[in-house]
Amino acid sequence: MILERKDILGIKELSKDEILLILDTADSFIEISTREIKKVPTLRGKTVINLFYEASTRTRTSFEIAAKRLSADTINISASTSSVVKGETLLDTARNLEAMNPDVIVIRHSAAGAPHMLAGMVKQSIINAGDGAHEHPTQALLDMMTIRAKKGRLENLNIAIVGDIAHSRVARSNIYGLKKMGAQVTVAGPATMIPRDIEQMGVTVYSSLDEAIKEVDVIMMLRIQIERQQQNIFPSLREYAQRFCLSKKNISLAKEDVLVMHPGPINRGVEISPDIADGPYSVILDQVTNGVAVRMALLYLLTGGKA
Amino acid sequence: MNWLIKGARIIDPSQHIDGQMDILIEDGKIVKLGRNLSPSRKKGLDSMELAGLVVTPGLVDMHTHLREPGFEYKETIQTGSEAACAGGFTAIACMPNTNPVNDTRSVTEFILRKATETNLVNVYPIAAITMQSQGNALAEFWDLKEAGAIALSDDGKPVMDSAVMRRALEYAHSLGLPIISHCEDTCLSSGGAMHEGFASTELGLPGIPGIAEDIMVARDLLLAEYTRSSIHIAHVSTAGSVRLIRDAKNRGIKVTAETAPHYFTLTDDDLRTYNVNAKVYPPLRGKDDVEAIKEGLRDGTIDAIASDHAPHALTDKEVEFEYAASGMIGLETSLGLSLRLVSADILTLNQLIEKMSAHPARILRIPGGTLRPGAPADLTIIDLQRSWTVSREAIRSRSKNTPFIGWDLTGKAVMTMKGGVVTYDELNDCHEHPRHS
Amino acid sequence: MKNKNRVVMDAEAIDRSLTRVAYEILEKNKGLDDLVLIGIRTGGICLANRLQRKIAAMEGIEVPLGILDVTLYRDDLLRTNKKPRIGKTDITFSLDDKKVVLVDDVLFTGRTIRAAMDALIDFGRPRLIQLAVLIDRGHRELPIRADFVGKNLPSSLWEDVSVNLTEKDGVDEVVIEMDSEE
Repeated sequence: MILERKDILGIKELSKDEILLILDTADSFIEISTREIKKVPTLRGKTVINLFYEASTRTRTSFEIAAKRLSADTINISASTSSVVKGETLLDTARNLEAMNPDVIVIRHSAAGAPHMLAGMVKQSIINAGDGAHEHPTQALLDMMTIRAKKGRLENLNIAIVGDIAHSRVARSNIYGLKKMGAQVTVAGPATMIPRDIEQMGVTVYSSLDEAIKEVDVIMMLRIQIERQQQNIFPSLREYAQRFCLSKKNISLAKEDVLVMHPGPINRGVEISPDIADGPYSVILDQVTNGVAVRMALLYLLTGGKA
Repeated sequence: MNWLIKGARIIDPSQHIDGQMDILIEDGKIVKLGRNLSPSRKKGLDSMELAGLVVTPGLVDMHTHLREPGFEYKETIQTGSEAACAGGFTAIACMPNTNPVNDTRSVTEFILRKATETNLVNVYPIAAITMQSQGNALAEFWDLKEAGAIALSDDGKPVMDSAVMRRALEYAHSLGLPIISHCEDTCLSSGGAMHEGFASTELGLPGIPGIAEDIMVARDLLLAEYTRSSIHIAHVSTAGSVRLIRDAKNRGIKVTAETAPHYFTLTDDDLRTYNVNAKVYPPLRGKDDVEAIKEGLRDGTIDAIASDHAPHALTDKEVEFEYAASGMIGLETSLGLSLRLVSADILTLNQLIEKMSAHPARILRIPGGTLRPGAPADLTIIDLQRSWTVSREAIRSRSKNTPFIGWDLTGKAVMTMKGGVVTYDELNDCHEHPRHS
Repeated sequence: MKNKNRVVMDAEAIDRSLTRVAYEILEKNKGLDDLVLIGIRTGGICLANRLQRKIAAMEGIEVPLGILDVTLYRDDLLRTNKKPRIGKTDITFSLDDKKVVLVDDVLFTGRTIRAAMDALIDFGRPRLIQLAVLIDRGHRELPIRADFVGKNLPSSLWEDVSVNLTEKDGVDEVVIEMDSEE
């Protein structure tokens, strides 16, 4: 089994075997980060460009560490505004980057589909580090890796994803991935946060937290974007927290060995109460550790030779 | 130019004609239709043998964007006219969202002057309903009409203020100017990039719900009824609109409607590759909507097919999907795509020609759309059997933004004639087909 | 013509060789102080296990055993798009000042051993590194030699030497596979 693709744009396009290959490879990479010298020479002389059109400390840092632990050179380009605002099209940017001859371009963009567009323009490998509300494939991979490590499997697990599903690329990528791996997925949130026809993705929809997390193996809480209050997606943070905050009160509805996950950064007391976030169910820090390994695995699998 | 066209199948829905006969053209006008015509005078008359081809009234596109003045890098009156001729059109009505907006006499006059210089196609300017199409103050309808504007529209934007729309309908009706409404509730649509449905959910793109159109159609129908005026609904794209318009027609409201070929040809699933060339406004809708549009065409709820030809340059399009300009060119593919309705038994050829000639001419109250003796000799010659592939190289429009490049179509305008003058001819360019005998 | 397979070592021969190698390791290192075994994935793991058991039987002490995957240190990795699967490296002890015996099944070009030594040095600073192999088939491309050799097996470049071991292949034998369609 080899990864026969130039780009990683989304989980939707990946087969179950490809996901397994990535997860297995990532499992092997975990150990490197525990060494005294946390570096292998594998990608010496390769260049990874982190092209971030949207602020992100975590994901960018994770990709940067991953590349560096494989001995690749990394360059971070932060564009706080969209290409349109700058007056430079994505095509111009792509051509410029291509001329610098990198090997992998990691792109984060607030516009869905931007990585796909870039992938069609340049010969380099593109890794989607999150595009709008579309996909965030590396997040889903690290989530699946974390669940598999803790539960030993992904098949037949019951997983609830809670929060602003409509605007969440994390939710979409996880739904694609978890469904492919044989898990049952439930989504929950106020009706204003549930996108149209999401049932067609094969998920069960609830509008109450208690119903959604009943007897589940994993709860993924999504980050609430406070700015969205202006779009009347929820009346107030206070009311959202009262209905959807995961706390000691409701977590007992889930299985005893439930895992609590969050892609970060957490709004403490809004999505998850502090005692749960820091408590024994939480695998939030494992997610961060595994994120580096998953990204190392992808960089390793994508950077080919000329042969 | 004087012509005797022989041997073709003549279709003129305005006179209920469909059969093989000859057409005599003299001094740029149609003189006579009939079997075995002989020229009334011999001098300076060319005979054209068109056996196997169809001759129809010159096609009328009631909804195009020529982009001039202001956006000449996208299209000009010259290049847009060339594209129109190649698509089989002899008349086009152009929308006012230029820069400056066609909200004053001088812009209307400019367009007409340019069109006269080009002289390939009859260009009918549509003026703005409100100044700069901002939706607030009415433009000078009477002055615009005097200058040559034939209809009013803020196309590209709705008139959100119902009171403004009410006044516009009343005032325009008294002048005999049709109002063409772009129906969109911007409170529901703002920020959207594609039709809201399963595809937008999967693609993570902000959605534009079908009801953003339906609600405005409903409002405009109520306003037209209340003001006892008439209204034309532009680019109908939803099942809801079709239903509302059908009901309104049954209740006697004076409403007409058009749709564009992409609304009965493509769905929101065609955006799954983030294809910016399939990004249009209103957006490509779901399968149910497409079926309703076809039914609306079939049962006569939708009167006309218009291209909504909307040229955009590469720089407007080759950006992130959400930021890409909306619109696709259509003048050169409109007939080919619409003929698919005939092969799918949704429309008869006569009904299709009617929706692309007589009906739009009637709605806009302009000449054309007929082969009646005395009318200008505007006609379109169609080869129904011609198989062709839409290719970027062959596009005459200045912009190439169409998702139909690479599509194989059957049926094409092979010659276009305006006022007895051939404005487009691929019979002699591409074939050994004898024209003169 | 079919491929001709020739068995050059059977189970008994392998076992005798490993016993000798175990004795030689003890002899050369004058005992077990600071001695660790590192098996190179995948062929070296079983052999390192067997050596560990033999040494334990002789001295009553289990020397530390680690597993090393050298894939990420290979010099041909970026020359092909076909990425080998990465195995887990498992070295749970420090290598600082240790006498490390690298264990592999076949010594051929020496490139795997070069990669293994680079990897080991990323784990710490061993006092010395020695190399134990079951088969040395020659054709070195780097200046590397083994300290302990089960059997020297001069071979042609068009031959393939495989070491089959019960743990992974169900049988103990060393086979020369010769592709006879030249």
